[in-house]
Amino acid sequence: MIEHGASSAAGSSNEDIGSARRDLVLASVGFAASGLGFGLVYGLAAREAGFSLIEATSMSVFVLAGAAQFAAVGLIADGAGWPSIVLLTALLNARHLLYSAAMAPWLGGRARLERAAMAHVLTDETFALSLAHFQRLGRADVLGYWLAAGIDCLSWPIATAVGVLGGQLIPDPAQFGLDVVFPAAIGGLAVKLATGRPEVAAAVAGAALAMVGGIVVGPAISIVVGGLLAPMIGLLIEGKGEPSR
Amino acid sequence: MTVNLVGLALLMAAVTYPFRALPLFAPTTDRLPAVVQRYLRLVGPAILAALAAGNTAFAEDAAGRNSFHLGIEWIAVGLAVLLIAWRGNVLLGVLAAAVLVALGRALTGA
Repeated sequence: MIEHGASSAAGSSNEDIGSARRDLVLASVGFAASGLGFGLVYGLAAREAGFSLIEATSMSVFVLAGAAQFAAVGLIADGAGWPSIVLLTALLNARHLLYSAAMAPWLGGRARLERAAMAHVLTDETFALSLAHFQRLGRADVLGYWLAAGIDCLSWPIATAVGVLGGQLIPDPAQFGLDVVFPAAIGGLAVKLATGRPEVAAAVAGAALAMVGGIVVGPAISIVVGGLLAPMIGLLIEGKGEPSR
Repeated sequence: MTVNLVGLALLMAAVTYPFRALPLFAPTTDRLPAVVQRYLRLVGPAILAALAAGNTAFAEDAAGRNSFHLGIEWIAVGLAVLLIAWRGNVLLGVLAAAVLVALGRALTGA
């Protein structure tokens, strides 16, 4: 079971923490490279849809959610109204509720203001990197959280601004395979979290539900459905064989 | 320079932030039933695997719709997952995946 309220890495040796943080930063660099590439593309797309530099960059600072932002740019270009964009944003970002719930046992003991700030930067990347990092250490590491969030969340608005100003000069990031960085890193981190049969079952079920559900109802909804239902399958496996930890 | 869409950005943030924040502000989670705590422990691998699968299996078609897609990306993600599981190095895994996809696309002209 998670060590509740653990809010620092004081109990681990310095070498363990240093090594874990180095790995965390290296993994963050992979995500940041992808974020930079697609931030540039987002900035360019936003400019072509009529966004000013302030409008495009403010969306990257305030929303911090690539899929929702790309969708918003497309909808603005098509002349859609704000209510439909806001509704779609809520749907696309509903999965963050699961991230927050999973992080709560690790970060719940922090000061309210700090939790409020941590929540803003709880993106796909921050969640994946931090959770794997915490599980490796066996406790929360607040500096590690901010390192992961800082590297990934700063690259996005910076790349957006550059994309608005000069994105037309930059080649398609897919040409360099950068579009595969996100699923590759996220999949790898899922495997790192799969330390027992229930976790493996939850991961396999999550992937299967996302694919099957994606065909039936679309990928945005199916990812949330996979994240909600697959842990139940892990619990079933746990109940059948493995003693609870 | 126009700023009209800053309002839209704030509205989008306003509907996103509660999802990211509410559970972090819930009463202390060690009072939750054990089964809920075990469920939350399994959310991580489940949703990350779902995200990885969703982002590999579906791609935007020419009309901008997300549709099921089979391609070199599957092999690249599989390779990355194997490398990360074996070496524990995420950067190595994603570099290998990106190089494989870039080479594959260069060779096939895709």
